[in-house]
Amino acid sequence: MAALTREETEALIQEVLEVYPDKAKKDRAKHLAVNDPSVEKSSKCITSNRKSLPGVMTIRGCAYAGSKGVVWGPIKDMIHISHGPVGCGQYSRAGRRNYYVGTTGINTFGTMNFTSDFQEKDIVFGGDKKLTKLIGEIETLFPLNKGISVQSECPIGLIGDDIEAVSKKVAAEIKKPIVPVRCEGFRGVSQSLGHHIANDAVRDWVLGNRDGDSSFQSTPYDVAVIGDYNIGGDAWASRTLLEEMGLRVVAQWSGDGTISEIELTPKVKLNLIHCYRSMNYIARHMEEKYAIPWMEYNFFGPTKIAESLRKIAAHFDETIQAGAEKVIARYTAEYEAVIAKYKPRLQGKKVMLYIGGLRPRHVIGAYEDLGMEVVGTGYEFAHNDDYDRTIKEMGNATLLYDDVTGYEFEEFVKRMKPDLIGSGIKEKYIFQKLGVPFRQMHSWDYSGPYHGYDGFAIFARDMDMTINNPCWKQITAPWKKAASAEGAQRVAASA
Amino acid sequence: MPEVMFRKGDNDQLIFYVAKKDLEETVVSLEFQQPDKWGGEMVLSDGQRYYLAPLDAPPKLPITLRVKRAE
Ligand code: SF4
Repeated sequence: MAALTREETEALIQEVLEVYPDKAKKDRAKHLAVNDPSVEKSSKCITSNRKSLPGVMTIRGCAYAGSKGVVWGPIKDMIHISHGPVGCGQYSRAGRRNYYVGTTGINTFGTMNFTSDFQEKDIVFGGDKKLTKLIGEIETLFPLNKGISVQSECPIGLIGDDIEAVSKKVAAEIKKPIVPVRCEGFRGVSQSLGHHIANDAVRDWVLGNRDGDSSFQSTPYDVAVIGDYNIGGDAWASRTLLEEMGLRVVAQWSGDGTISEIELTPKVKLNLIHCYRSMNYIARHMEEKYAIPWMEYNFFGPTKIAESLRKIAAHFDETIQAGAEKVIARYTAEYEAVIAKYKPRLQGKKVMLYIGGLRPRHVIGAYEDLGMEVVGTGYEFAHNDDYDRTIKEMGNATLLYDDVTGYEFEEFVKRMKPDLIGSGIKEKYIFQKLGVPFRQMHSWDYSGPYHGYDGFAIFARDMDMTINNPCWKQITAPWKKAASAEGAQRVAASA
Repeated sequence: MPEVMFRKGDNDQLIFYVAKKDLEETVVSLEFQQPDKWGGEMVLSDGQRYYLAPLDAPPKLPITLRVKRAE
């Protein structure tokens, strides 16, 4: 059952839209919707992947963020040059918490920032020479790198540098892959196009490197985990389950991943896609070129994990199917204990989510396993195919918001009064100051992993410790307590 | 003339996918599906109609082909 009825939710959307000028109102109205799980195609009720309106506070990132931060960044044995001014890379440095093993600065480079640090003269005279020099320096200082990617920031596209030519020339000299990525921030409407560009760069510059080389011993049980960025160790928690059921994980894309894993992926039997939004492109390409089937799965919460393990196993023979059942049986006692402990404390709590491209729908099952209910969800940069997949997961008359603005999100929260909000760092302090419990659901709020059975235990603990934290009772200063009772009524009346 | 990737869906239906347009629809009808002729006019589940110059044999899916918008 939803918190509000369909009519109330519709009225709420209208009320929130009221403050916009007519044109903006018309545009934003298309991005807000009341969920109706019986609708087959999301395009009938919600518009997505459109340019954000000038003047509103959007929460999106840029194409460079999608390529450097999401897809390429976690490949740990390559050096990713943030090509352009220093800020883009420096301010986002190591913020994503994609864990890896290795010695940083020696054979892995995940948390370091490499940049060509553009100055005025590079904009005026071009930066190709600087890039050549920079790659030379990298080779001297970090000889154990296995390759380099050039992640373009905005100015590169504007001044028309030829990074492809530089890459080809220098790659031939140093005999390592150098991948130019045209992911200038101004391309597209959000980080989503950056994912696509990054996928295409993998396709064009890396994926085919071992075509025709059959020295790799493959087994019938080889799979690749695609679109798991190992946030707080997520990919590790997923990988153990797959290995326990008898599969061999050849590659991790791209959390804790290496370039050689990527080169080996065309040899696997099945591609497992966790983040559909950021890596479906490459999976579709591999299906066409190498005839590798792919499937989406979801490792959040025991219900979805069991469902996914069985769905994965169905692509293989009985050994694997029996393996999947064994894994589920083995962890049953463990997750039942987690549910027994936390469900009574979390039962009936309402959650609102606003995250990136996969979690707004993937984590719903995990909340439901704990007896919680997701009353509103939305994506920063989803496309219609994501909403197609979301509508079925969400309850009737719940709220959907695409590319929500800061103002809309705040108003929705004031009215729907969720017990928990899951979103990013930019939203965190606003809502905490409003006195609403908040979890960062991009970086797991410095916790994690949340994938897999092990992750579910941590997820449940984190949600409990946030919602039931005694600090929420201390939000109002004691001398304001008496006044606040009537104040709350006034806020409700004026909202 | 968009480039379309055709693939088999989970229930063996034909899926019509255009990455650039975020279009992922099921093909509900295809004019020619004979062993020696595959293609022709097709209707998608949202009612859009496209035309694919018929191939001499059913292709191995998935495959990327150019289609035209049908009149
Ligand atoms: S939009 Fe351009 S300048 Fe801004 S972070 Fe992205 S690449 Fe850098």
